[in-house]
Amino acid sequence: MKALHKKSLSFAVSLLVLALATGWALAAGTATEAKAATGTATVSGTVTLGGPAPAAEKIKMAADPVCLQQHKEPVMNEMVVANGGKLQNVIVYVKDGVKGAYPTPTTPVVINQEGCTYHPHVFAIQVGQPLEILNSDSTLHNINAQPKLNKRFNIAQPMKGMKTVKTFDQVEVGVPFKCNVHPWMNAYAAVLNHPFFGVTDSSGSFSVSGLPAGTYTIEAWHEKYGTQTQSVTVADGETKQVSFTFKAS
Amino acid sequence: MSKIFSTDHKVIGIQFLISSLLLMVVGGLLAMLMRWQLGWPGTSLPWMEKIAPAGMPGGVMVPEYYNMLFTMHGSIMIFFGIIPLLVGAFGNYLIPLKVGAPDMAFPRLNMLSFWMFPVAAAIVLTGFFVEGGAAAAGWTAYPPLSGLKETLGAGQTLWAAGVVVLGFSSIFGAVNYVATIINLRAPGMHFHRLPISVWALFTTAVLTLLATPVLASALILLLLDRTLGTSFFLPAGMIVDGNALAHAGGQPLLWQHLFWFYSHPAVYIMILPAMGFVSDILPTFARKPIFGYHAIAYSAVAIGAVGFLVWAHHMFQSGMNPMLGTSFMISTMLVAVPTGIKVFSWLGTLWRGSIRLTTPMLHALGFISMFIIGGLTGIFLAATPVDMFMHDTYFVVGHLHYVLFGGSLFGAFAGITFWYPKMFGRRLNERLGKIHFWLTLFFFNIVMFPMFVLGLGGMPRRIYDYTQYAGLVHFTGLNRIMSIGAFCLMASQLIFAVNFFLSMFKGEKAGENPWQATTLEWTTSSPPPHGNFTAPVTVHCGPYEYSVPGESKDWHLQTEKGSNAHP
Amino acid sequence: MLLPESASSYSAQIDQLFWTILWITGFFFFLVQGALLVFVLKYHHKKNRKAQYIHGNTLVEVVWTVIPALILLGLTFASQKLWVEIRYPKAAPATPVQVQILAEQFAWNIRYPGPDGQFGTADDISTINQLHLPLGQPVMVNINSKDVIHSFFVPEFRVKQDAVPGLATHIWLEPTKQGHYEIRCAELCGLGHYRMKGFVTTEPPADFQKWLTETKTNE
Repeated sequence: MKALHKKSLSFAVSLLVLALATGWALAAGTATEAKAATGTATVSGTVTLGGPAPAAEKIKMAADPVCLQQHKEPVMNEMVVANGGKLQNVIVYVKDGVKGAYPTPTTPVVINQEGCTYHPHVFAIQVGQPLEILNSDSTLHNINAQPKLNKRFNIAQPMKGMKTVKTFDQVEVGVPFKCNVHPWMNAYAAVLNHPFFGVTDSSGSFSVSGLPAGTYTIEAWHEKYGTQTQSVTVADGETKQVSFTFKAS
Repeated sequence: MSKIFSTDHKVIGIQFLISSLLLMVVGGLLAMLMRWQLGWPGTSLPWMEKIAPAGMPGGVMVPEYYNMLFTMHGSIMIFFGIIPLLVGAFGNYLIPLKVGAPDMAFPRLNMLSFWMFPVAAAIVLTGFFVEGGAAAAGWTAYPPLSGLKETLGAGQTLWAAGVVVLGFSSIFGAVNYVATIINLRAPGMHFHRLPISVWALFTTAVLTLLATPVLASALILLLLDRTLGTSFFLPAGMIVDGNALAHAGGQPLLWQHLFWFYSHPAVYIMILPAMGFVSDILPTFARKPIFGYHAIAYSAVAIGAVGFLVWAHHMFQSGMNPMLGTSFMISTMLVAVPTGIKVFSWLGTLWRGSIRLTTPMLHALGFISMFIIGGLTGIFLAATPVDMFMHDTYFVVGHLHYVLFGGSLFGAFAGITFWYPKMFGRRLNERLGKIHFWLTLFFFNIVMFPMFVLGLGGMPRRIYDYTQYAGLVHFTGLNRIMSIGAFCLMASQLIFAVNFFLSMFKGEKAGENPWQATTLEWTTSSPPPHGNFTAPVTVHCGPYEYSVPGESKDWHLQTEKGSNAHP
Repeated sequence: MLLPESASSYSAQIDQLFWTILWITGFFFFLVQGALLVFVLKYHHKKNRKAQYIHGNTLVEVVWTVIPALILLGLTFASQKLWVEIRYPKAAPATPVQVQILAEQFAWNIRYPGPDGQFGTADDISTINQLHLPLGQPVMVNINSKDVIHSFFVPEFRVKQDAVPGLATHIWLEPTKQGHYEIRCAELCGLGHYRMKGFVTTEPPADFQKWLTETKTNE
């Protein structure tokens, strides 16, 4: 009788362990499914500049004949681009409230050096996503990235058509890029670990869609005017308007 | 195992010989890549992408890689090529034999001086495998470029550390040479009976002892600037990539003074031994005493001494006080005088000689012919106003290659081909030796002579793509010819390599004195036994007693008695 | 044809010194190479001819020491005379046109003081890589660097001056020929060193002033 008792006990314990393990795995499985959710909510809005924009500076394109000959009109510095008070080149992204891990996109973000300026001037990219750096000018550009958390790099692209691919492995907002040969060339990036971001266009508008229902902190980042945050709660299928105003100085 | 960790100066000398020759091959390959870019700017070499994916993406070289190539080419050739070859290999091998000693004064220190050499090389070469690549500030490593983590990465730090280690290797070797020459000469070996090669190596060792510590100090200060944020060479107010740096109080020119205080004597460290070998070899194959023994010996010392007073001729346009330009111009012009004495004395040695054009003799003659071009072009650079135009152009690159390759390397080939039978007990193949000499001489001039033309045309040095300048585009054809010459030059060295290694096993056995020469190393077996001499050595006459009147042989060993021979 | 065209007041003098040195060194070059060739051929070993047993000749050795020393002394004097004229402060022109060049990785920041003659005021005229200079007027180029060492080199002017951070350097020059020239950076300064190119235009003083005014207006 004692032997049978022992056998039953071990059998029961094994069943229990098995059940727990299965349950845990199932829970984990469903928990994984719960990560990387996309939804149907949208946060959109406008970023405005309060007050008169500072006078834009003319870029001294004559520093390099290859640059000069690509422009019939003078090219202005892109630090503050505000059309009728609408501020362009502001990165608007979800700073807080995103749950789960999002897959890394394999489509590259392209930054193109053309006409001796960066296109785009400001962009966002995900951790691990390839950044394709392209030189479309027949002159030397060097892409000098100076992040604080990510690894720095400084690469020369002496010829037209040269392409380099880089990735960032840490979240960081406001990574500066510059070209030393053409001192006016600047670009900025936000490296994020989710796809919920946008950059304001010439009408100052942005739109961040595909959000799951929830409460989020939205941050707007500008290279000169810094950051501003707001909190927003969205339900499935809802579109909420969020506006930011930076003070001109 | 005891053969590898040997304290025998002959083993150590051969270890230095083989190691430095191998490293010079590495330095040469780097030059081939440079010449590829210079001959065919921006053209793809597809298979290089596998070897250097960051440096030659798609097979096309990027500028930062080119900067690394010339930095490592120069650094390897100087610190890990010529200096260990001329001073480490020959200094170690020859000094005890030529002064009649059984070994160096401090054999264990000697062994240490060798083993620090591959360690130093490994540290520097590791730079190729770290992020950002190897050092890229030129072999001259001027700060702030070399002194900031912000401008150059870990490879630059490794370079500085490796060269410090090499410096100690040189210093330990020099201690031995000086102690051995002063204290271990055989009875009768007065200073004025020493072969000129020993005078040269002695002066070289003194230069090493006095100058190398200054370089080591400068490198340590540079390492501190790079790693601990000190400001020895970094001034206030620097803005790098838009960021204001916190350094203050340092001076970039301080590095230049400290660096050149070593590096100018260093070029004499690299040429004096070669001049010494030539001074031993010419009498042997002209069957005549050297012409002007005292003048040649003392001019070596004079070159060494005055050589300490010329360093800032590398800095005429640096922003230093122009009055310093005047004083350094005077001393630089002055150092040409003892150099001229040597050249004329060598010509005097050939005059009325009985000349045999063996391979060592060809290299010695090639040395004189090529070195004079290097020496004479130095005069242009010594003239400060002309230097304002020529500084940092290809004229300097031509000048330095004529003295370091045309001079030091031909001198090294002369020494290797002359003392090979003593070292390995077998003779090198004469025909292969002569073919190697003529091909090297020819292609060397194809590569290097046009550099003067490029320099006069205003082509700066260390330029990845000169076609960016309208005034230099027409030099593409010339650069291409030079590059083809360089590939042929490198290929010709295969003949030397084959001869060197094959002859070790298949060469004709050499006796004690295959060249019928007069100095002490030729009085013992080839190779000499441990302890060098089986019988006690006594010296009775000078080192170059050839064609002594009244004697049946046309050579008179230093150990032989005889009244006609010059004391 | 060997040298670039001569476009400054002292470039001809530098070239003259160069040619003098070339003649002298050329002479010794041919002398030594010639002697080498002749001796090797003439004194090739022959049966029944022994080498001459001689250790030296004091007179000959003194001659070949003193003569080169005198020649070098002469070259030293000639060089020093020109060096003083170009470099020594006392020889600098009294009222030169002033221009400032601030070198950085990898561009030349050029600044003129404007009508008030002072650097650092609102009427300064600045360009990147564009250097205009008036013909026939002495110019003082004040050079500095923001970051690493660079070097201001214009081959046609025969001028070169390192740009050192923390050290104000200068060089004066007087353009004598109208034309377009290049500034080449002559001190390794990083990956863009090979392309640190500037554009020099030399023009009559009136055109130079016009250009200054136009550049200021277009800023």
